[in-house]
Amino acid sequence: MNWQVFAQSLLFGIFVGGLYGLAAVGLSLVFGVMKMLNVAHGELLMLGGYATFWFFSLYHLDPFLSLLPSAFILFLIGMGLYKGLFSPLAKLHEETKIKNSLLIGFGLSLIFHNLAIRLWTADERSVSVLYSGWGFSLFGLRFPFIRFSGLVLAIIVILALHQFLTKTYFGKAIRATTENWESAALMGINIEKTSMISFALGATLAAMAGTIVSVGYAIHPAMGLEWTLKALIVVVLAGLGNIGGAFVAGVLLGAVESVSTLFVGPYMEVVGLVLFLLVLELRPQGLFGKAG
Amino acid sequence: MLAIEKINVSYGDLQALWNVAFEVNQKEVVALIGPNGAGKTTTLKTVSGLLKPFAGGIKFEGIEVAEMQIHKRVEIGISLVPEGRGLFPGMTVLENLELGAFTAKGRSCKEETLQQVYGLFPILEKRKKQAAGTLSGGEQQMLAIGRGLMSRPKLLLFDEPSWGLSPLLSKVIYEVIGQINNTGMTILLIEQNVRIALELAKRAYVIENGRIVNQGDSQRMLNDPHIREAYLGTE
Repeated sequence: MNWQVFAQSLLFGIFVGGLYGLAAVGLSLVFGVMKMLNVAHGELLMLGGYATFWFFSLYHLDPFLSLLPSAFILFLIGMGLYKGLFSPLAKLHEETKIKNSLLIGFGLSLIFHNLAIRLWTADERSVSVLYSGWGFSLFGLRFPFIRFSGLVLAIIVILALHQFLTKTYFGKAIRATTENWESAALMGINIEKTSMISFALGATLAAMAGTIVSVGYAIHPAMGLEWTLKALIVVVLAGLGNIGGAFVAGVLLGAVESVSTLFVGPYMEVVGLVLFLLVLELRPQGLFGKAG
Repeated sequence: MLAIEKINVSYGDLQALWNVAFEVNQKEVVALIGPNGAGKTTTLKTVSGLLKPFAGGIKFEGIEVAEMQIHKRVEIGISLVPEGRGLFPGMTVLENLELGAFTAKGRSCKEETLQQVYGLFPILEKRKKQAAGTLSGGEQQMLAIGRGLMSRPKLLLFDEPSWGLSPLLSKVIYEVIGQINNTGMTILLIEQNVRIALELAKRAYVIENGRIVNQGDSQRMLNDPHIREAYLGTE
């Protein structure tokens, strides 16, 4: 094998890994603040992808523009789901809370999956824009325009989220709630409101990832579980609740999976899972988590 | 200013407080003392809203607050410096202080209060960019107190301010609590280190097995034979 094939797979792996990271960051944010695992996160990503697909098919809205309305729709859906389903769990004991959130999440994921088949059939779809085939070459490597912009966009979103969490009062409230919700409440932070906005933000991040997937790759009703699993692996790799680390871990997983296809072909998913088990065994706090 | 009216609190089936009643008047320091597991922390958690009584009431400046949400109580002027400090360890000292000023009132005079806190604890200004989790025990307690002041409270609650500190550092912390009281702040504190608490407080209540069993002037308590035997370890 020559280095060019290797480098090209690595590059494609990084492109898709950026999306793993983006999907994981939303899951991590929600888990950090509420200590609930939303296993329907992948379905929210799927809904975001479909929103973008329909904006494009019906109104010819460019996917990179429809990112905003799609994200906004998912923000509202996220608020509704939190208010209606997850908020009543907030008062439960930590262990019961996570168990019940899993049950609700699985239920939701079944509902969204089947609803999507009903409404939009099980076909695979993708947004093909005029510039779908564009790209450029650098050092003998191919950079498809759409996938490259997808990665850039993912990085911009993560940086913006980072600014929001570190520079604004509300962002700091989110981080404080993640670290110690009782103390956060004692500062005068409204935990219920903070949780709702965090959940909605998680859905927004999923929608953005879904939008990029619908242009650079393909969407279908069954994609949710696959993305939830990727996001979960990445969150555990990075360390639970570690938002910045989740993006880096996502890129890492994408790169490892992609490069490993060269050696083990279709078993590349296994390589990701082995990596996951190794990290759990050797560094249970995650690659970027703090011990204890 | 604060009137606890026969509150009863339970953890599930286990009742922790039985008809606990006491008062804190404006500008005074009141200590609630008692052995481990007597209900001291439970009482403070109920006043700050982390726990709700199933019977009884809590009046703060004449307003019934027993059912009020935690963050609303901070807005009307109740601030708790919690057990074990409850800092945000991964955030910087300055961020911890800024979060203390989260309420509208706290935010409106954030810079001014920040300077006052730095005046009380100059070390916090030196450490402001450092993560709170990397501070020493004494510095963490200072930060917890400073953070409690940032919301501009009317009533400051302390849960074991001498927890985990050397006798010397405990003294320093208590001197600062005295200074805070001198500015007109009303203070309710609970403490296992009974002597240091009684030396600062004007009045004290003794809680045992979830019930108030004794109350009175701190000086009298320091001379009370039962208190001396049970808490001060002297004849």
